[in-house]
Amino acid sequence: MAPVMAEAASVAAESLGGGRARAARTVLDQVVLPGEELLLPEQEDADVPGGAGEKLLRLNAGARSRVRVVCGPGLRRCGDRLLVTKCGRLRYKEPGSGSGGGVYWVDSQQKRYVPVKGDHVIGIVTAKSGDIFKIDIGGSEPASLSYLAFEGATKRNRPNVQVGDLIYGQFVVANKDMEPEMVCIDSCGRANGMGVIGQDGLLFKVTLGLIRKLLAPDCEIIQEVGKLYPLEIVFGMNGRIWVKAKTIQQTLILANVLEACEHMTSDQRKQIFARLAES
Amino acid sequence: MGPGVMEGVMHADPKIHTEPGTESSPRGPGCSLRHLACEQNLLSRPDGSASFMQGDTSVLAGVYGPAEVKVSKEIFNKATLEVILRPKIGLPGVAEKSRERLIRNTCEAVVLGVLHPRTSITVVLQVVSDAGSLLACCLNAACMALVDAGVPMQALFCGVTCALDSDGTLVLDPTVKQEKEARAVLTFALDSVDRKLLMSSTKGLYSDAELQQCLAAAQAASHHVFRFYRESLQRRYSKS
Repeated sequence: MAPVMAEAASVAAESLGGGRARAARTVLDQVVLPGEELLLPEQEDADVPGGAGEKLLRLNAGARSRVRVVCGPGLRRCGDRLLVTKCGRLRYKEPGSGSGGGVYWVDSQQKRYVPVKGDHVIGIVTAKSGDIFKIDIGGSEPASLSYLAFEGATKRNRPNVQVGDLIYGQFVVANKDMEPEMVCIDSCGRANGMGVIGQDGLLFKVTLGLIRKLLAPDCEIIQEVGKLYPLEIVFGMNGRIWVKAKTIQQTLILANVLEACEHMTSDQRKQIFARLAES
Repeated sequence: MGPGVMEGVMHADPKIHTEPGTESSPRGPGCSLRHLACEQNLLSRPDGSASFMQGDTSVLAGVYGPAEVKVSKEIFNKATLEVILRPKIGLPGVAEKSRERLIRNTCEAVVLGVLHPRTSITVVLQVVSDAGSLLACCLNAACMALVDAGVPMQALFCGVTCALDSDGTLVLDPTVKQEKEARAVLTFALDSVDRKLLMSSTKGLYSDAELQQCLAAAQAASHHVFRFYRESLQRRYSKS
């Protein structure tokens, strides 16, 4: 009488499209879920004056109606459909020049970092092997960093990097199929702030969403934090923040404030900063 | 065919082994689920976590990934998906291993592993309390934790358990007592895009018609679960 278990697993077939899809314009800054389909407003449709209705974007339609739309993180293109793969708020950025298109992406609150070319990150040196360093960047595999990728480094003049040091660098190679590679110089060969992060200070981890929020050009948190104490601070796109103030106490306060900022409204933040400024 | 034999392969000419006339007065597909509750991002160490409650059944899930993978488990063109199910007490046994595989196959169907080749995605499920429909609750917890971790997926999925009484009455989301008294217990995993079947696990005797009836009821109930997912995720993102 022993019951036997049986199973049948099948891959979800591609949806038949249409129907449930929502227009991307109407869900901007709203929460989207994986599997949802988005419709892009048809643009540059000059020859159809009454074409106000939304249709699926035809990526391979005639050259005149071609619109350059960039699918950012959390979105994927499947034929001429735009599908959501991550949960978060849908964001849109107008294109810098030209008309139509733009960038759509999903702003999610993730903790795990996936290397992206050009990102500035804080890594920890885990090994020195021959002429490369292995750097832990919190991704799925360690990044490599050549000892020549420092300002002023030559074959004779090696940079002073020890295992356990913190490195602020930039990705030059980062794709899903290859080992990520970091450098600590820009294209002109200048350090430009990158390199080994000095002694002392405190390194802590926050979500990737908070880092993006703090690094936004008009972020008021950073301006207010800067008014509290004189400080040195480094943000890594991989969710790591290194901070150093005059005393350990101030450093800890700054770290706690930054960590707590994520789930506070701007009013709550103002209160906290006002209270800290008094003490 | 003796009693106790069962089957679960869908749309593949299911054999009928039931005495006709037992489908007396099945409840409609509108039968309700127990109370659902979910909390996300409650653990600090994993990349994503969720606790899911269906009535008194509660499962805690943690997701790690895309993380480093052992060379022996590395797959060159997609992520290695691993599911670990921990019972409330004692060590995991055969039943847990079987459930792990069912959950793993379901996750594999929706997770876009090709976007993170040579990495591992690990789902750890801890049974907090089992008050019936445990597999369905595990599936729901796994889905919410995967969403919380930001693992790319082509759809969400949910688990729904149906129990068939000796008189053919359909009970959705049964309790332990209802499961014990039931003639058959069927668990389905459904995706959010087409409400299509991803996995089915069944135990007991039922007819082809009853199977279809259970599936229809589960599909109807899945709308409720997916609406709950949306509400709970919107609550999570309302703070930012």
